[in-house]
Amino acid sequence: MTLITLTPFDLALASSLVLLLALLSWRLQLGVERQLLIAALRSAVQLILIGFVLKLLFAQSNPLLIGLLALLMLSVAGYEVMSRQQRRFTGLWGYGIGALSMFLSSFSVALITLWVILQPDPWYTPQYAIPLLGMLLGNTMTGIALSLDNLTRTAWDKRHQIEAQLLLGHDARQAISSIRRDALRSGLIPIINSMAAAGIVSLPGMMTGQILAGSPPLEAAKYQLLIMFLIASGTGLGSMAAIWSGSKRLFDERQRLRLDRLTK
Amino acid sequence: MTIVVEMKQCARIMVQCAELIDTLRFSNAYLFSLMPQLKLKHFSPLILEPLNLVIDEGETVTLSGPSGSGKSMLLRAIADLDPHNGTAWLGETAADEMPAPQWRRKVGYLPAESSWWEERVGLHFAEAPKLDALGLAETILHSPVAHLSSGERQRLAVLRMLQQQPQILLLDEPTANLDPHHTQLVEEWILKYQQHSGAPILWVTHDPEQRQRVGMRHFEINDKKVIQQ
Repeated sequence: MTLITLTPFDLALASSLVLLLALLSWRLQLGVERQLLIAALRSAVQLILIGFVLKLLFAQSNPLLIGLLALLMLSVAGYEVMSRQQRRFTGLWGYGIGALSMFLSSFSVALITLWVILQPDPWYTPQYAIPLLGMLLGNTMTGIALSLDNLTRTAWDKRHQIEAQLLLGHDARQAISSIRRDALRSGLIPIINSMAAAGIVSLPGMMTGQILAGSPPLEAAKYQLLIMFLIASGTGLGSMAAIWSGSKRLFDERQRLRLDRLTK
Repeated sequence: MTIVVEMKQCARIMVQCAELIDTLRFSNAYLFSLMPQLKLKHFSPLILEPLNLVIDEGETVTLSGPSGSGKSMLLRAIADLDPHNGTAWLGETAADEMPAPQWRRKVGYLPAESSWWEERVGLHFAEAPKLDALGLAETILHSPVAHLSSGERQRLAVLRMLQQQPQILLLDEPTANLDPHHTQLVEEWILKYQQHSGAPILWVTHDPEQRQRVGMRHFEINDKKVIQQ
């Protein structure tokens, strides 16, 4: 099976569909056309760039460079999580809670996979380490952003209910528990849905890519499964860490609800 | 031998008694230690000037002031819902000597607008409340909170707050949404609770007649200062 190489013209054709969508958004006054175009442009520039960077890295296999790239990916993902919050924590917390939870979950799951499951030699072989980490970061990012956003937004909207419970002598943990549960669920639903629908409703992106690039379907399916399990656990652990530290930060040492710690 | 030891012990106890009597004589603790009195020392929610106020057992102090002057902020701070300066005391115990939830159970703060987190009314009550005392029907426990009128919500909130047996009451216009008949029921119910518990009350009201009926001293917030009228 030969690989059909994409020409710049092919990509331009595909991108015209996004332009069409932006045009529609503008006509229907949905107000997302700017965001949509910027995101599309960013993805184009970033992916071409990372293509070059990976080519360079794969040729060198220098652990220091790989570590640097991993850190860069993490810091950008942390920024993305922060910017998707309607009401984020003020100060360093706004960045820190998301980035730290992502670091804990993505890096630990990626390392376990490299050391125990895939065992490439050396373990940081960039062909494995970088795409794996990228997949994990990209998905935990979504989960953590969703659940943190849900947590802070609901706490803001339901502040009177939370305080009513505090006033009756409930502690902060009790008063926020149902909001925490909902927030965590909202972060996990996308990956649960995509696992449940995988193969029946949709062919997952990575598997599609591998098949298009010429891999045998069964091999592609096995890798897809591996990635899905990793993503599910990474997203779950990351969202839990984020919700746990986020809901701690919402209250102070006297168990007061401190919404002044969120941006207006 | 044993007689000497006992005499020594006896002497020691007598000295201790004398010391105790001395300390009691020169402190307020002696007079008020058993009474649930609310004391505020240099107390201020961050927007008001520091306030010193003592509300005695069984005393009701009314508070008024233009909207936005900080009445609710003061009550919120006493209930330790907001950061504040100074200390609130219940008898001889300062608020920060106990965990915040315990303090809030002792302080019955009734916000102007009640909040409900479960769908049905009954789930907010640990035990069956005395509904008929405030003119409410038994069936109201089964109805969804969303179906309640503002007056029903307010009366239920009073019952819910009193159910935790608070030792101080902080009431933010508890009868604002009620007609004269139900206003009377709520006032009587609250004052009856005060009679048997001795709880000091800080009562925010705009109604001069209500002030006359329930209050002993009256304070007004004006230009960030809490002044006795």
